Amino acid sequence: MNTATASRYTAEYQTIAPALPGQTLPWLQALRYEALEKFSEQGFPSPREEEWRYTNISGIEKKLFSPLISLTASDVDAEWLKSYQLEDAWSVVLVNGHFSAELSVLDDLPETVSVLSMADALAKQPDNVEKYLGRAANQSEHSFIAFNTAWFTDGLFVHIPAKLVLDKPIQLLHIVTGADAMATTRNIIIADEMAEANLIETFVGTDNAYLTAAVTEVFVEQNANLTLYKMQSESEKAYHFGGSYIKQARDARFTHHNFAFGGLLARSDIHVDLDQASECELNGLYLGVKRQHIDNHTRINHLKPHAISRELYKGVLDDRARGVFQGRVIVAIDAQKTDSQMNNRNLLLSDDAEADTKPQLEIYADDVKCGHGVTVGQLDEKSIFYLQSRCVDEETARNMLTFAFANEMVDKIKIKGLHDRVLEQVLARFPQQGVNKEWL
Amino acid sequence: MLSIKNLHVSVGDKPILKGINLEIKAGEIHAIMGPNGSGKSTLSHVLSGKGGYTVTGGSATYQGKDLLEMAPEIRAREGVFLAFQYPVEIPGVSNIYLLKAALNSIRKHNGQPEVDAMDFLTLVKEKVRLLEMDEKFLYRAVNEGFSGGEKKRNEILQMAILEPKLCIMDETDSGLDIDALKIVSEGVNSLRSPERSFVMVTHYQRLLDYIKPDFVHVLAHGQIVKSGGAELALELEEKGYSWVEEAAA
Repeated sequence: MNTATASRYTAEYQTIAPALPGQTLPWLQALRYEALEKFSEQGFPSPREEEWRYTNISGIEKKLFSPLISLTASDVDAEWLKSYQLEDAWSVVLVNGHFSAELSVLDDLPETVSVLSMADALAKQPDNVEKYLGRAANQSEHSFIAFNTAWFTDGLFVHIPAKLVLDKPIQLLHIVTGADAMATTRNIIIADEMAEANLIETFVGTDNAYLTAAVTEVFVEQNANLTLYKMQSESEKAYHFGGSYIKQARDARFTHHNFAFGGLLARSDIHVDLDQASECELNGLYLGVKRQHIDNHTRINHLKPHAISRELYKGVLDDRARGVFQGRVIVAIDAQKTDSQMNNRNLLLSDDAEADTKPQLEIYADDVKCGHGVTVGQLDEKSIFYLQSRCVDEETARNMLTFAFANEMVDKIKIKGLHDRVLEQVLARFPQQGVNKEWL
Repeated sequence: MLSIKNLHVSVGDKPILKGINLEIKAGEIHAIMGPNGSGKSTLSHVLSGKGGYTVTGGSATYQGKDLLEMAPEIRAREGVFLAFQYPVEIPGVSNIYLLKAALNSIRKHNGQPEVDAMDFLTLVKEKVRLLEMDEKFLYRAVNEGFSGGEKKRNEILQMAILEPKLCIMDETDSGLDIDALKIVSEGVNSLRSPERSFVMVTHYQRLLDYIKPDFVHVLAHGQIVKSGGAELALELEEKGYSWVEEAAA
């Protein structure tokens, strides 16, 4: 707990507040002040809190990041943007925490689909936003959520109407270009009953120290099917907090793919609430090099019977990087016939790399099938010899096996443009000697 | 092709091979038989360069070169192929990727350009048909989820494509049902040529019904205690290993 940092932010709040969206909405004002108060009391989360015990965010506390009040889209390099913006997708771009209509591509989006900036949504359909904002993310959970609630400058509001099947993905591209900037966005995604859609959240930034503090609330309504990809490729000097809080209604299906590659210090929360007979699949791949610290925190709440959850997180850690996986599965007393499987596999490529893994099962029902498994290890010597006996030199064998370990997660991506970009990034982060992309 | 002279090998402080002598000429098939723990697998591992063994004496000369000096991948590129007793599963690396990487390593080693993509595919598909395998195997991860028979067949597929000069087959028949054994044997027989030699390490005589060896050697307590022609295998089948072990003692 560092309230000194908190009071520095709080002191500036009064000057910033008038420029924040939704100032005329009493419910939002109340929510923001409640959040501000919580953050002022607590500061950023401390390693003394159980769910932050492996992640010390004092690096963030030492700096003072400033929100940018208005959009400065002109300094986004078009070529650079192109390397992240997917073709064959609708894309919405947020620059330094503000929606940019100029950079977004929403041609031919079906009229019934809403894709609005949060500022716009609060101005045009405040009642609709009120129904969702703060309903999946609980700001008393930890103070990053409170921080985001008090400070969010903009964000995206996406609503897919009932029964609509979107044939192209929607990419939500979060860009930070300012040094010492903070990008606090609040995003809401709703897939209404029986809708089907693929969304991609991409987080990137220029080579600066900055803070992303994004909260995304996701609502998958009855029998809807939503796949959400998160591609976190922040600058290697950046701090990233990204929370995804998902509420699944009865029979809803949700798949999350979390690619955590960037940031000096990055933390993701993926928390899912499962209603009756709903299904979720959480996949994750974290790659750490140099002194990166990458923390993934997942929680799956089985609240009702017959829900299924599958989780696989894999980490590859080199140099002095540290990866953290904390996965909690909570099975409520009513959630009979729960079927849950959680796995975390870590590959350490150097003696100085570290993996901290903590799977937790909390089961209150008595008729359930739950399992979990964890491994932390190095490359398998038997596999290396097998490849050598097939003419592959040792260095190439190691690179192939490292790549293969990570590629299991990349292969799960169903969107070609995204698959290819993620693959490029995986290859770029590890020695490529002998790994021939053309053969994949 | 291969000349092994007075080869001594230890694992840690424990001697396993205690003076092996073996001459293998081009085109010959040699079967190495012996009871469990006799050192059969150690011999095939040492020849292919697996770590964890210390050569304490003797030599192995392959085509005039010191085999034991070479890294495992150099031996493989020079034409030594080990068919594993327990082929390793490599999740995430497809069969076809490994085949292509291996073949191109050999070509590079021999100063040849990379294989043409279409020629490669034609070659691979022909061999797949020969071994009665499903083409889908090519695109699956190496040995992952394969049955025991499929794994052994996959070893022979690799052998057929890489065209080695010296094939060391470590307990290829163990765990195979008779149909798989026939297919594997046909695959091996189709690869027999005056330029290619085989060392077949086996516990059971059954394999030799399908692949007829020129020579049979019995390994016991780290030494070759008896050598003979194909008929020696039948004698072993009938009498067991104890009589040769006793004779040697």
